[in-house]
Amino acid sequence: MATDHTHGHDGHDDHHDHGPPPFFTRWFMSTNHKDIGTLYLLFSLAMLFVGGSMAMVIRAELFQPGLQFVDPHFFNQMTTMHALVMIFGAVMPGFVGFANWMLPLMVGAPDMALPRLNNMSFWVLFMAFVLLLSTLLVGAPAGGWTMYAPLSIQGGLGIDMMIFAVHMMGISSILGAINVIVTCLNMRAPGMTLMKMPMFVWTWLITSFLLIAVMPVLAGAVTMLLTDRNFGTAFFDPAGGGDPVMFQHIFWFFGHPEVYIMILPAFGIISHIIPTFARKPLFGYDSMVFATAGIAFLSFVVWAHHMFTVGMPLSGELFFMYSTMLIAIPTGVKIFNWVATMWRGSMTFETPMLFAVSVVVLFTIGGLSGLMLAIVPADFQYHDTYFVVAHFHYVLFSGAVMAMMGGAYFWLPKWTGHMYNERLGKVHFWLTAIFFNVTFFPQHFLGLAGMPRRIPDYSTQFTEFNQWSSLGAFGLGISQLLFVYIVFACIRGGKQATAEVWENPEGLEWTVPSPAPHHTFETPPRIS
Amino acid sequence: MSSAPGSYYLPNPSPWPLIAAVSVFTLVTGVALWINNVGAGFTIAMVGLAAVLFMMFGWWRAVINESVGGNYNSEVDLSFRMTMGWFIFSEVMFFCAFFGALFYARNLAVPWLEEEMLLWGSYTGGWPTAGPAGAAHIGADVHDVGRGQFGTIGAFGIPILNTILLMTSSITVTLAHHALRHGDRGKLVLWLAITVALGAAFMYYQVEEYIEAYSHLGLTLGTGIYGATFFMLTGFHGMHVTIGAIILFIIMLRCMRGHFKAEDHFAFEAAAWYWHFVDVVWVGLFIFVYIM
Ligand SMILES: [Cu+2]
Repeated sequence: MATDHTHGHDGHDDHHDHGPPPFFTRWFMSTNHKDIGTLYLLFSLAMLFVGGSMAMVIRAELFQPGLQFVDPHFFNQMTTMHALVMIFGAVMPGFVGFANWMLPLMVGAPDMALPRLNNMSFWVLFMAFVLLLSTLLVGAPAGGWTMYAPLSIQGGLGIDMMIFAVHMMGISSILGAINVIVTCLNMRAPGMTLMKMPMFVWTWLITSFLLIAVMPVLAGAVTMLLTDRNFGTAFFDPAGGGDPVMFQHIFWFFGHPEVYIMILPAFGIISHIIPTFARKPLFGYDSMVFATAGIAFLSFVVWAHHMFTVGMPLSGELFFMYSTMLIAIPTGVKIFNWVATMWRGSMTFETPMLFAVSVVVLFTIGGLSGLMLAIVPADFQYHDTYFVVAHFHYVLFSGAVMAMMGGAYFWLPKWTGHMYNERLGKVHFWLTAIFFNVTFFPQHFLGLAGMPRRIPDYSTQFTEFNQWSSLGAFGLGISQLLFVYIVFACIRGGKQATAEVWENPEGLEWTVPSPAPHHTFETPPRIS
Repeated sequence: MSSAPGSYYLPNPSPWPLIAAVSVFTLVTGVALWINNVGAGFTIAMVGLAAVLFMMFGWWRAVINESVGGNYNSEVDLSFRMTMGWFIFSEVMFFCAFFGALFYARNLAVPWLEEEMLLWGSYTGGWPTAGPAGAAHIGADVHDVGRGQFGTIGAFGIPILNTILLMTSSITVTLAHHALRHGDRGKLVLWLAITVALGAAFMYYQVEEYIEAYSHLGLTLGTGIYGATFFMLTGFHGMHVTIGAIILFIIMLRCMRGHFKAEDHFAFEAAAWYWHFVDVVWVGLFIFVYIM
C-alpha cells in the first residue's frame, strides 16, 4: 500500500512543536502510545529476567538427582511463579508493548483510541505484579500456575493475593484488548479497508477478541476459588455437590485461547519480518487472515485436551482430540504461507530474519509435539511429563519470545533512530537458538521416558539429559544479558537509521522518520 | 494535547490512571489481608475503596467536562460506543463462567456423584442439592425447615415480581430515551426517575429474598453447590443492578443539568445498554436458577 504524501504525515508535523513532557508526567501519567508501549516493553523485559531467574533455580535443582539447593515446597513455588510471571508478565505485556508502539503507526492513527485507559492498563498490570511478587514474602502459591482445586483451596494468604493479582491482570488485559479492538476498527486511516490491514494488526485484532472473551472467564474461575477458600461455597467440593474437575474445565476454557493470545501476535510479527527480508509480498494474505480467525474460533472448542487423564466420558475425549487436531490445518496454512513467501525470494539474513526463520522451524516442532499430545492414548503416557514442558517451551519460547526478539530487532531502529549492532545481534541469535535447543530438546526424551514435571528430584537414569538441559538453560539465561546490552546500546547511540530502515519494507510505519516523532499521523495519511 | 478543532480528541497526560491502579491495588491487598485476619486489612481495604470512589469521581468529572466542552467529535463518540459494547461483552462472559458452573454441576457433576457409589453410596442426587454431605432439600418456600435441611425460593413469589419490575424498567428507560430524542426534558427525567425507582424496588425485594433464605429456609452461601451457584449468580447480578441504578441516577442528574442533546448523548445510551444487559442476565437467571 502506498501513501499519498501530499496528505501524509510529512507536511503537517512541523506546525506545532510538542515533544515529550517532563519526566514524571511523561512516564507516569502518559497518554502517548509510544511511551506506554516503551513502558510495556521494558516491563516485559524485566519480567523475562525475574521469571528467568526462577527458571535458573529450577534448573540448578534439577542438575542432578536428589535434593541439592532448595526444599521441594520452594521448588514448587518457583515452577508456579515462573509460569505466572512469564505468561502474564513477560509474554502478554511484551505483545501489548508491540501493539501500543506499532498499531497506531501501522493503521495511520494519531494514537490508541483511548489513551488514558491505555495507561491504566499498564499501571494496573504493574501493580498486579507488585502484589503477585510480594507473595514471595508471605508464602508464594505452589500449586502450579493452573491453580487447580483442591490444592489451591488449601494454602494461605499467598493464594488470595495471587487471586486478586489475577483479577487485576484480567482488568488490565480486558481494557487493553478493548483499546486495541477500537483502535483497529475505528482509527484506521481513510482507505485502509479491513482486508488491507497489516497482518500484525489483524492478529492483534483477533487476539483482543480472544482476550475479551476469556479473561472474564478466568476472573470467574478465580472468584469461585476465592469464595470456596474464604466464604464456604462448594463449587469445587464434591461433599457439597461440586467438582474439582469443574475448575479445570472453566480454567482451560480460558487457558487454551490464552495460548493463542500468546502466539497469534507472534505470527503477526514474523508475517512482517519474512516478506521484508525475502523481498516479496506476504504470500496468501487473505488465507493468513482467515487462518488466524479459524485458529481463534477453534481455540474455544478444544480446551479439554489439557485434561484427558482426568476421567472424562469417551465421547468427550474423542471430540476434544479431533477438534484439537483440526487446528493443525489453519496453522499449517500459515507455515506454508511463510515458506512460500521465502520461496525464490532474494533473502538476506539480518538478525530479525534469523529469528523469524527459526520461529517457523522451532514453532513447527512445538506444533508437531502438540499434535502428539492431542492423541488421547498417547497423552495418557505423556501427560504431566517433561514432554509437555518441552512442547510448550517450543511454542512459547521459540515461538512467542523469539518472535518478540526478532520484532524488537526489526523495529528498534524505528523506535530509537539508531541501528543496533548487527554483529552482536547475530551472536545473540545463535547463542539463543543453540542454548534453547540444548535446554529443551532433551526434555522430549525425558518426558517420553516418563520423567514427571514439577518434581524437584528424579530417578538416576534421567541424569544426563537433565544436565544437558540445565547447562543449556544457564547458557540461555546468560545470553539474554547480551540482548539487554544490545537494546540499551541501541537506545543510546549507533548508526543513524533511515525512515525506511530496511530495503523497501511495506507499511505506514516506515513512512515516518526514525526515531518516530512523539506524535505521528495527526493528520491521517491516505491509503490508495 | 491541543488537538485541532474537529480532530480526534487526544487527552493530555492524566494522573487518574495511576491513581486508579494504586487504589485498586490498595483495595484488593486490604481485602486479601482482611479475609486472612491479618493486621489492618480492613482499614487498608476501606482506604482503598475510598480511593477508588474518589478516582471514579475525579476521572469521570474530567471526562464529563471534556464532553460538555464539546471536545468529542463523532469519531470519538464511535470509539466510546464500541468500547461500551465490548465492555458489556466482557461482562456477559463473566456471567457465562457462573452459568457454566451451574450447568456443569447440575447436568454432569451431580449425576456423576450419584452414579459413583464409592464414597457416598446413599446419595440420591437430583436438583436442588447441597451435595452428599450437605443439607437435604425439602421443597420451595417451605417454612418449617429443620436442622440438616434447606428450602429454596419458589419462582412465582418474589422472583416473578422482580422479573416484572426489571422488564418494566427496561421499557421505561427506552421511553426516557424517546423523550430525550424529542427534547422533552420533563418526561425524560420522569421516566429515568421511574427506572431508578424500579431498580431500587428490585434490590429491595432481592434483599428481602436473601433475608428469607438465610433466616427461614436454611439456604445460605454454604448450602452446597445449590447455595453457591444461587447466591453467586444472583449476588453478582444484584451488584450489577445496583451499579446500573447508580449510573442511571447520575445520568438523571446530568439530564436535569441539560448535559445531553437530542442527537448527542452517548453517556445516556451507554447507561441504557448496561441496564438492558442487566435485564437480559436476569431473564437468564429467572429461567435457569428459579424456574428450572
Ligand atoms: Cu490447549
